[in-house]
Amino acid sequence: MDNREAWVAEALAAVAAAGSVADLEQVRVGWLGKKGRVTELLKALGQLPAEERPAAGAEINVVKEQIQQAITERRDALEAAAIGERLSRERVDVSLPGRGELPGSLHPVTRTIRRMRAFFEQAGFDVAEGPEIETDYYNFEALNIPAHHPARAMHDTFYVDEGRVLRTHTSPVQIRVMQSAQPPIRIICPGRVYRCDSDVTHTPMFHQVEGLLVDEHTSFAELKGVVQDFLAAFFEKPLGVRFRPSYFPFTEPSAEVDIECVICGGSGCRVCKHSGWLEVMGCGMVHPEVFRHAGIDSDRYQGFAFGMGVERLAMLRYGVNDLRLFFENDIDFLKQFA
Amino acid sequence: MQVSIAWLNEWLEKPVAADALAAQLTMAGLEVDAVVPAAGAFSGVVVGEILSCDKHPEADRLRVCQVSDGEKTLQVVCGAPNAAAGLKVPFATVGAVLPGDKKIGQAKLRGVESFGMLCGASELGIDVEGDGLFVLPADAPVGENLRAYLQLDDTLLELDLTPNRGDCLGMRGLAREVAALNDMALCEPAIPAVPATIDAVPAIRLESAACPRYAGRLIRGVNAKAPSPLWMQERLRRAGIRSIDAIVDVTNYIMLELGQPMHAFDVAKLEGGVCARMARKDERLVLLDGSEKTLSADTLVIADDNKALAIAGVMGGEHSGVSEATQDILLESAFFDAIALAGKARQYGLHTDSSHRFERGVDPQGQCRAIERATRLLLDIVGGQAGPVVLVESAAVPADVTVGLRHDTITRVLGVTLPHTEVAAVLERLGCQLSATGEGWQVAVPSWRFDIRREVDLVEEVARVYGYNRLPVAAPRYAMQLKPQSETRVSEDRYRDCLVDRGYREAITYSFVDPAFQQRLLGRPAAVMVQNPIASDMAAMRLSLWPGLLKAVLGNLHRQQQRVRLFEIGLVFEGQEADQQPRRIAGVACGLAQEPHWGGKGRPVDFFDAKGDVEALLALSGAGRDIRFEAAVNPSLHPGQSACIRVDGQVVGWVGALHPQLQQQLELTGATYLFELSLNPSGSGKLPSFKNLSRFPETRRDLALVLDSTVPAQAVADAMRELAGEHLKALDVFDQFTGAELGENKKSLGFAMVFQHPERTLTDEEITSVMDRIMQGMSDRFGAIVRT
Repeated sequence: MDNREAWVAEALAAVAAAGSVADLEQVRVGWLGKKGRVTELLKALGQLPAEERPAAGAEINVVKEQIQQAITERRDALEAAAIGERLSRERVDVSLPGRGELPGSLHPVTRTIRRMRAFFEQAGFDVAEGPEIETDYYNFEALNIPAHHPARAMHDTFYVDEGRVLRTHTSPVQIRVMQSAQPPIRIICPGRVYRCDSDVTHTPMFHQVEGLLVDEHTSFAELKGVVQDFLAAFFEKPLGVRFRPSYFPFTEPSAEVDIECVICGGSGCRVCKHSGWLEVMGCGMVHPEVFRHAGIDSDRYQGFAFGMGVERLAMLRYGVNDLRLFFENDIDFLKQFA
Repeated sequence: MQVSIAWLNEWLEKPVAADALAAQLTMAGLEVDAVVPAAGAFSGVVVGEILSCDKHPEADRLRVCQVSDGEKTLQVVCGAPNAAAGLKVPFATVGAVLPGDKKIGQAKLRGVESFGMLCGASELGIDVEGDGLFVLPADAPVGENLRAYLQLDDTLLELDLTPNRGDCLGMRGLAREVAALNDMALCEPAIPAVPATIDAVPAIRLESAACPRYAGRLIRGVNAKAPSPLWMQERLRRAGIRSIDAIVDVTNYIMLELGQPMHAFDVAKLEGGVCARMARKDERLVLLDGSEKTLSADTLVIADDNKALAIAGVMGGEHSGVSEATQDILLESAFFDAIALAGKARQYGLHTDSSHRFERGVDPQGQCRAIERATRLLLDIVGGQAGPVVLVESAAVPADVTVGLRHDTITRVLGVTLPHTEVAAVLERLGCQLSATGEGWQVAVPSWRFDIRREVDLVEEVARVYGYNRLPVAAPRYAMQLKPQSETRVSEDRYRDCLVDRGYREAITYSFVDPAFQQRLLGRPAAVMVQNPIASDMAAMRLSLWPGLLKAVLGNLHRQQQRVRLFEIGLVFEGQEADQQPRRIAGVACGLAQEPHWGGKGRPVDFFDAKGDVEALLALSGAGRDIRFEAAVNPSLHPGQSACIRVDGQVVGWVGALHPQLQQQLELTGATYLFELSLNPSGSGKLPSFKNLSRFPETRRDLALVLDSTVPAQAVADAMRELAGEHLKALDVFDQFTGAELGENKKSLGFAMVFQHPERTLTDEEITSVMDRIMQGMSDRFGAIVRT
């Protein structure tokens, strides 16, 4: 093979000139294909004398390998360039917004009730609910608030009929549960309640969560423990808590619970009316008369109950400064609780 | 109730400071709402006398007064309309400082020199009704410092007493409580009986158990025009009670001091004696406030032989009340039963200081004390001759009460064992008399503590005085219990989360709505109305969550929101019974289907967006159930875009477009979609039950059918399923279109069917035979033509 170098040079030039993988394939076929020029040379080896064949064959194979290697390298280069080109063509602006729906939001009252429920469910309390149009019996009578009891004036009641009211608290649920279940009872009752009052700090509807624990042995000390733990858990910090004697017809002893003002830390501000304390819930030991209505033996069992306003706690937790916002359903308000 | 500390301190062994007392009372269950000074901070104000009062030469509304400060006469320009010669008024002299650090100097007003200022009550931070100058009594000593004269260096406590503590609605009761809390003696003024100087006695009859005790006394020859003394007027003022005349002021003063409401009748107006009886049906009475009431037969009245004189314990009548002409009075000091009087004042639209006390209870033993004290004051102030006290009692007078207290109960309720001596000491300080028993004590409760009737009441008293915050804190102990939890129950929270994840925001709207709007929207009236609504547009209990949600949508659109997706979960009210208050979940969507996006022009929300949200909710527990959306008419909804939703045949809710007419009336610019479902709409979910997976290939066949446009896709799919046999794995509508090439009132529906056999590969022949059967069936049942 006299012109080996010229052959190689020609083939390599063709390889280098190939501008695409397809062009390169044509070059390959032209040189190394079944009818390619190198393949033809190999086929012609048979016509050489036997003693020349090994040397000539080896020489052709060197040429073939040189060309093959050039083709491989060129193919790699072309493929890399093609991918590079595709990648740059397919570039997107990743800072543009994605597609599809983002989550909406739960109402802050629901969000707050869920947290409260989570604390109590973890401690083994069940959730109980009841009707919102209640009988006078469940809303008042069974809770030791007989007709014309002065405590009824504490509840500005909406009446729907003789003997039916919009429940003024979720306590009737406690009676319904106690009438249908045997102690030990541990429940919380979240829900809507209604009072005939509407001004800057009152809405005619709001939410309460009440709790009830009835067992053979429980005490005011345990009530204090549960309330303190709950408040610390709810506000996610240890808080000053104090219990003040108060009066509810359905508990005895009764207490109002104050927490150290979460706004000013107890030094006094507008929210706590400069007292350093915020009233957050009422509680007490279940009154024997309530047990009597519920059909529970008050000599054998004791119980404690507590109740709090959900909006009140949500306002303190989230810094909401106007109660009425909770029921205006302004999307700009609602989306702050996403 | 507003309490003067200076007055309170007269009843105590040692004076108490206002702030410390406020804290102590609050922590003892007598909540103090505010501690306020009896007057604002001011100095340099004396009693002035207006000697003359002339018109200002340059100003119609101003007067030029010559005022004596006790030493000199000064010229003062004054704008008060009630300025007049001869009046004694507060005079802020030059150099005085009024509340708000207002300094009084020499001034020239419209060209006239003024040396100081004549003051109204509000300018001195004194709470008195009426405008203009604060007119002082005629005998006020000119020149005396006003603070000293009115004893204004006093602090007032505003007490918010709970209804059980009626015993503290008087200075005596409150002082008793304060003394007990501080373990000090009560300095009770002696109230000696006033001996009768005339023999006249009133005839008193008790005809109702609602009045078990009535003390009456005649006082003849009073001077009803005598003024009440300044000290009494001031004490009344500080308690928030207006001075009327000396006789009424004395009865009010006794109420404030001893907690016993009293009344005085003009004897000249009485026909015969007095009687406590129930009102006669439709008996009429004009009260002191001038209002005429028609009494009901359950109302206790004080009457003479012919007519009702007063609603007992609530308010006296105008006719028999004292006036300037009154010469002889009958003083009443009675005990009325709290339960009999409860709610009576309210029934007549009244709430008086007297009814407030009787409803909470007064000391049944306090009537004679009060009448003696009142007699003394009246004789001193208005003169006259008193007859003997007549006390009439019935068997209904509350008996003394003794309550057993077991020491063990205290431990059990409070979770702490208190020393016997401490328990006994607390109760004795509160006025109880104790006798020891094996288990604890027999406790004789004082007559004024009518709230203590049970053992736990005593436990509370012990805890209260001991201090709630000194009681121990414990963690409850109870047996751990793993409770069963249904795996198939879908919680309300899951439904909420589903909609939140689909972009909805949760709303909470009032359960009462505008009755007219609700009726217009739903086409039927409310089942339950509120009798005493806050406003007429909040009078109907909702039948659906839609009225509230639509109102919320409107509010947001007015606040320039473009896209609104809201939902709510709550009760609706089909009736008053517990089972007529079902829980519902409802949503509303309007505006764009998606938030505006750079990738294309948004489209408005449509029926199938809303339906998709409903399907998502139904899917939470709907596996294996028959869920159907049937075209049906609902007055709220667009008749062509409204579906009644059935699960296993039961209607569970509706979805559709708000009726265009309502949309227009509400001025909603775009179509608005609504859905409402009962909770839980598809009942419990299903417990998953595994079926073997097929390892053999699926075969998909598409079928496009031209049908009458009225044929529901659901009906076609149902028929296909029925004809396809057991190996049909999936059936979906993949295409729907209409067009001229199909012909009038025709549509094309494309269905994709996937077949699979659990144990072998289905043959072409098998599938073709099924497809032939389906196509034949479609043609037979729906006149469908296969589109090729």
